[in-house]
Amino acid sequence: MADIDITSQTMDGMGPHGTKVGLLRVLGPAHVWALGVGIVLVGEYMGWNFAVGKGGAYAALIACWFAGILYTCVAMIDSEVTSTVAAAGGQYTQAKHIVGPLMAFNVGLYLVFAYTMLEAANAITAGYLISVVAGMTGYAGELDQRPFIILVIMFLAWLNYRGVLATLTFNLVITAIAFIAILVLFLSTSGVLGGGIMQHAALFEGHEMPYGWIGVLAAMHFGLWYYLGIEGTTQAAEEVRSPARALPFGTLAGIMTLLIAATLTWYVCSGVLPWEFLGDGVNGSVAPLFDTARLSGSNGLIWLLGFGTLFATLASANGCINDASRAWFAMGRDKYLPGWFGAVHPRYRTPYRSIIFLVPIALIFALGAPLDQVITFSILSGLLEYTFMPLNIIMFRRKWPLNSIKRGYEHPFHPLPAVTLLALCALTFFAVFLGYGTQLVAMIGFYIVVSLWFHFWRYRFVNRGAQFTMPWPKPQGY
Amino acid sequence: MAHYEPPKQSKASQLFDVIVLVILTVGALFVPIWLKMAGAAKSVTQPVENPTWETLGQTPAQAAQYEALGYDPASAHDLILARFDYSFSAGALIAMIVVIVLYYVLMLKFSEVEYREVIAEKFGDRR
Repeated sequence: MADIDITSQTMDGMGPHGTKVGLLRVLGPAHVWALGVGIVLVGEYMGWNFAVGKGGAYAALIACWFAGILYTCVAMIDSEVTSTVAAAGGQYTQAKHIVGPLMAFNVGLYLVFAYTMLEAANAITAGYLISVVAGMTGYAGELDQRPFIILVIMFLAWLNYRGVLATLTFNLVITAIAFIAILVLFLSTSGVLGGGIMQHAALFEGHEMPYGWIGVLAAMHFGLWYYLGIEGTTQAAEEVRSPARALPFGTLAGIMTLLIAATLTWYVCSGVLPWEFLGDGVNGSVAPLFDTARLSGSNGLIWLLGFGTLFATLASANGCINDASRAWFAMGRDKYLPGWFGAVHPRYRTPYRSIIFLVPIALIFALGAPLDQVITFSILSGLLEYTFMPLNIIMFRRKWPLNSIKRGYEHPFHPLPAVTLLALCALTFFAVFLGYGTQLVAMIGFYIVVSLWFHFWRYRFVNRGAQFTMPWPKPQGY
Repeated sequence: MAHYEPPKQSKASQLFDVIVLVILTVGALFVPIWLKMAGAAKSVTQPVENPTWETLGQTPAQAAQYEALGYDPASAHDLILARFDYSFSAGALIAMIVVIVLYYVLMLKFSEVEYREVIAEKFGDRR
């Protein structure tokens, strides 16, 4: 057993002890929950409903639960590894220590692109929402959404620049409001409080499985959107006061919250909105919970869900900027990317250069690509990352068995969660292939090209031994 | 293993690396869009002339929700009848599987080579 104990406050080997340029360690479990749920909760407010379009309402529910199993496996595996590899970069840093540099470089890019695309999707939705509110409040004509998209990204980037504690405390408050808004909508429309307006049987009649079982498979593609981003809790690893406690607690509480929110969201939306309208997130229901509130006839619910949608998009974009910049920063610090990005702000202790650099990238996608394409790009990056996770945990357990280093959390039933995760990832690849095969191939082509670029060019600038920063014994088998 | 001393990268070279990455990233998303090969567009294969809620396959309850959302049968026509086409060829599926598997094999193989260097330099002969 190593003389470092991750569960100890004084000898955990993390932060200033383990790194030359430490970020500020000020976060608790609630912030980790807010980061994870804050990124994801927007998935209930928009995007998940493309799954309805792919296979009908029942298909979206089945996809919701299967994706829930997939992400439960992700959360369990991630909690074990990150409560041990507690450093900025999350899965990138895990891959660097467990699998190898090239895999780490790819995982770092998965993270940056998944979060930056999600941030772009959030900004698009915020712009749309503001245009709807403008119309509802009497503005005549078509509102130009672009200034609002730019404003959202710039404001949140500024917040992230100024400090992590304020950023994630802001996320905690607005995420809690957005989650409560879903609960209130469910209680108000389902008949629990007052009269219900749900009519599942009548709305499903004749349209139960419009595409048959192939539609259920296809729905898995956007089923991921219910939960995509919960794995981002790991990015806070270097900034939490107690990694071994806060990371597993925040992550697992987060996935439980999301399983509840996703099921409630499906229930209220599919019980009020016809499936063809609900399933078309571009020409039909861009913000399904908000549309459900509109049909409730209650002005209070319309305003609550309007703010809920706006807060969810802001919280998600905020968390995405936080996570993408940490991953970019961590790669810069290791010279996987130009070392210039590895700087910490002297006063705010944030990875400010990475934060600023990713702003125009997010803007290019938010202003230049359709919502479903941006979402697909994010999902594909996420999917590649989830496929890496089972390989990662199997190698982690082999190289450092349970008795060799102390974990903050040990996930049960290994290797069952890893095998289940791998199988569900294979299923989702097929779902993506059914609709977006060209993008899938383009994306993998991109990763192959950048991998060759990294292996044959970029890696020469990387310190070999120094990048292994965990205070662990030598891995078994080497 | 002898200690590896990486070369110092100039500012211009760092900038060039960033530009290469950005071009590749933007290209990966936008090239399929520009070539109009991205995404599964829905299409109406059997349009209905002079549509009514009945001919669009909507029950009174479903029609009432559409009307509450501000639609009439004509404006809801494309929204209701558009469908995805999930047909695919076995060859395309096999090609996708091969690409994905090859990608991960490539990753793991190259990573393993690099990882052995890292471990050798970090730990040497230590246990």
